Amino acid sequence: MNMTALPWDLQLLNTLAALLLLLSFAMLSQRRIVALVDLLALQGALLCIATLLLAWRTGSHHLYVSAALTLGLKVIFLPWLLHRLIRRLGVYWDTEPLLNIAGTMLVGVLVVIFAFGLAQPISALASTATRNSIGIALAVILIAFLTMITRRKAMSQVVGFLSMENGLFFGAMSATYGMPMVVELGVALDVLVAMLVLGVFFFQIREQFDSLDLKHLESLKEDQ
Amino acid sequence: MKAFDWIVQFMGIGLAMAAAPVFVGWVNQCRAWLQNKSAPSILQPYRAIRKLFHKDAVIAENASRLFRLAPYVVFGAMVTAAAVIPSIATRLPFTQAADAIALVGLLATARVFLSLAAMDVGTAFGTLGARREMMIGFLAEPALLVVIFVVSLTCSTTALPIIAERLSAQSFALNPSLAFTAVAFTMVLLAENARIPVDNPATHLELTMIHEALLLEYSARHLALMEWAAALKLFNYACIGLAVFIPWGIATTDDPSSLAVSVPLLGVKLLAAGAGLALIETLSAKLRVFRAPEFLATAFLFAVLGLLVRLLLGA
Amino acid sequence: MEFVILLGAPLLGAMVLGVFGGRDRAPEANVGFSLVTFLAACALTSRIIAHGNLLVAREQFFIDAFNVFLVTLTAFVGLTTSLFSRPYMRIEAAHGRVSEGQQRLYHSMFQLFMATMLIALTTNNMGLMWVAMEAATLSTVLLVTLYRTPASLEAGWKYFILCGVGISQALFGTILLYFAAEKILGSEGVSALLWTHLNAVKGQLEPSVLGLAFVFLLVGYGTKVGLAPLHNWLPDAHAEGPTPISAVLSGLLLNVAMYAVVRCKVLVEGSLRSSLPGRMLMGFGLLSVVLAAFFLWRQRDVKRLFAYSSIEHMGIIAFAFGMGGPVANFAALLHMTVHSLTKSSIFFAVGHATQKAGTQIMDNIRGLITLSPTVGWGLMMGTLAILGTPPFGVFASEFLILTTAMKQQPWATPILLLALGVAFAAIFGRVQSMVFGDTSARRLPHPPALIPVFTHLGLVLLLGFFIPPYLADWYRAAARLIGGE
Repeated sequence: MNMTALPWDLQLLNTLAALLLLLSFAMLSQRRIVALVDLLALQGALLCIATLLLAWRTGSHHLYVSAALTLGLKVIFLPWLLHRLIRRLGVYWDTEPLLNIAGTMLVGVLVVIFAFGLAQPISALASTATRNSIGIALAVILIAFLTMITRRKAMSQVVGFLSMENGLFFGAMSATYGMPMVVELGVALDVLVAMLVLGVFFFQIREQFDSLDLKHLESLKEDQ
Repeated sequence: MKAFDWIVQFMGIGLAMAAAPVFVGWVNQCRAWLQNKSAPSILQPYRAIRKLFHKDAVIAENASRLFRLAPYVVFGAMVTAAAVIPSIATRLPFTQAADAIALVGLLATARVFLSLAAMDVGTAFGTLGARREMMIGFLAEPALLVVIFVVSLTCSTTALPIIAERLSAQSFALNPSLAFTAVAFTMVLLAENARIPVDNPATHLELTMIHEALLLEYSARHLALMEWAAALKLFNYACIGLAVFIPWGIATTDDPSSLAVSVPLLGVKLLAAGAGLALIETLSAKLRVFRAPEFLATAFLFAVLGLLVRLLLGA
Repeated sequence: MEFVILLGAPLLGAMVLGVFGGRDRAPEANVGFSLVTFLAACALTSRIIAHGNLLVAREQFFIDAFNVFLVTLTAFVGLTTSLFSRPYMRIEAAHGRVSEGQQRLYHSMFQLFMATMLIALTTNNMGLMWVAMEAATLSTVLLVTLYRTPASLEAGWKYFILCGVGISQALFGTILLYFAAEKILGSEGVSALLWTHLNAVKGQLEPSVLGLAFVFLLVGYGTKVGLAPLHNWLPDAHAEGPTPISAVLSGLLLNVAMYAVVRCKVLVEGSLRSSLPGRMLMGFGLLSVVLAAFFLWRQRDVKRLFAYSSIEHMGIIAFAFGMGGPVANFAALLHMTVHSLTKSSIFFAVGHATQKAGTQIMDNIRGLITLSPTVGWGLMMGTLAILGTPPFGVFASEFLILTTAMKQQPWATPILLLALGVAFAAIFGRVQSMVFGDTSARRLPHPPALIPVFTHLGLVLLLGFFIPPYLADWYRAAARLIGGE
């Protein structure tokens, strides 16, 4: 029997990491854009809980601030902003992708295996309690990337992009208990500004094309 | 192995054969309660089987020997499976005959014979049902196997009774890998046993049938054996799920008093499992047949995620 | 003190122009802020000449030989671009292509862009460098889509998403870098992210982690440099915005991204002690040069043509940095300078040419010489300069790079020569037919700004003949710093 009993907070962290992976697969297969944004908010909430757990475990104050920042930005503000955009732009459904859902899932599994393999040397060198989750963080990043590639609506691509940022944040947390505060604030500011810029951008696209389907944005070719 | 173990072994088999129909009756009763209907008595499946045994079998003229043989093979496979599944105890002499992977093979044998027999007579609905059953099976089996891999990895063995023993010895801990595989196993259970959302067991519309269509040509004792085998299959799956995911209370020693605990506890667990199954069936709508592969792909995904999480996090 | 003004002037400008940028005198205010920034940069430069490397604000900012000339270059090109954008935007407003609100956005974002680039160049904190690079991208997204045409929206979308995704990879690389550094430098404060500290301990950083980190950093910042195959966003983004923005994107932002790549390369090479980073850079560089040279033939839009030319030159610079060693690094630094000056001057000339002709399609622009000799000659000279004709500075740097390549990487030389030749033929043919011939272009409502064009070209010509000693010293010092062999 090789199940050694871990302390409860590490068990919870492992469970949160597994749930994050599950959520990114759920986002990969989700076609309703409102549900996609809700899954993103849930991902942010799980990240916040994980940060709080780590903060409690290591006693470092900047992680508490980090958790608050995550809560405010990724759980409350950004999903609200996206929901508002969805309502005003009227984009509720994504179209069928080129590869069907089952095929995308299988590719996702392969991507996860690749990510775990890539993260092995880093995990071996890390000294944090959550070093095993680095592979999961990398998997979340790559699956978010896959989500972006397989989407045709601009809004879904943006959600994929934000999910990638979540994965990066989780990776920073698992590998090094978070980046220095200055950098985290800067990254949060960047994400915030990016979303605001996007909001304006979406209206411009919508005004011009009457649609947020990306097929309208593919006409510039190499020989134009 | 001592005599006591052999007694427990045969008790287990007997219990499975006896309790399977009442388990089906219980699930029907729960479903009726949830849907505000009144169900037939819990013992109705027994009466149905007994009635069928008294009838004369009517067999198509062009039915081959396979057709007559299949019910016995299927029933035998299910009973053999019941022998290897630790429902009330984990010290089973028949463990050496078949491990978990062989168990999957036994279930597959049953499925193959069932489908072949349905196609044997050459009716349209039989072939339709056979094709659908094989499609469900071919997608569900990998998921089931990955579930078994995960559990085997956790316990370093593929023999189900030993898995149950080791998991029951461990105190409760949050295991995301086991949680994911539990979800996957439930989905496979629903698919393999012809439950909503994959197949409606109470349907009379042949075009929507998957499992029922395979039984259309059978009558009398053959039909009785097939119905009993289907009930046994559900009972077996439920016992596998309970042994792996909720194993506490199972008898692991050769002390007769441990049986006094494990048998009633099994009853309680089965009651809860049956109620849970009825709840899932009531809350879900039946999927269109071409959506079933997506459902099973999700089950496979859950199982593989459980495997990956186990390999990476060790939890 | 000069440093505070250097960063403060554009930030203040962004805020002020955010409110008043639509007024009549806004372009002049824009020039004013850029002038202050440039003067601060000159003051900073003279202090560096006098006192050597500088660490500011508790080691958060670091000015050394490598970035000081880039800072001055950025401020200078920013000034001349703002001079160019004065009449250019007035003409655009007169043609009705930009509204007052758009003017305000343009002016404030221009200053903000300058500020973020200067922060990225001078910061010592690798994490802040990332933040500033992303901020620089964000500040220009809305400028690329300023005209709201379908093509510009598509260009802006590609720019945002591709650069955003790319730079996320760079963030992961930065995280890995921090991870490796934390073991040696500890996790107190930001010490493990400061370049000066990392440079001091680079030999002790874990090679496997840094190797992986470099892959991500190269892919991430390389996307912003426009290295093939990550260059897809560049031709669209540089072609669709207002021309002053094309000029600063091509001339300045690519340099800043290249600077980021090279800073990372120095660290990684110190840790790996192998030539793997150099070889990766060379590979990407060569691929960019070849790809760009062949795509140049298919272009019909003049700004896209010169955007591909930017990709090509960035490829040459990457190749040179990849080769490493004192001569190649020197040549690459010189090339960064002259390419920036030349490309921006070309875009200035092209800007007015397209305004005269009313279109960006090259087949429809003819006979610039007859209508406006200065625009025509400016474009012609700029093209000759960028194609490496002696005695312009580009020739000097390309010559140095090719001779070093012949010595160190002989297999690459024929590829480079072929690509340069193909590019020469493609661009020269097009520009010649644009400049000469009969014309149907119209007069411009405001006189064009041609001083910037000729100032830049004059500088490039000068650098071809004579490199001032302090500049040469910096190049050499920076080349030594960058190292590699």
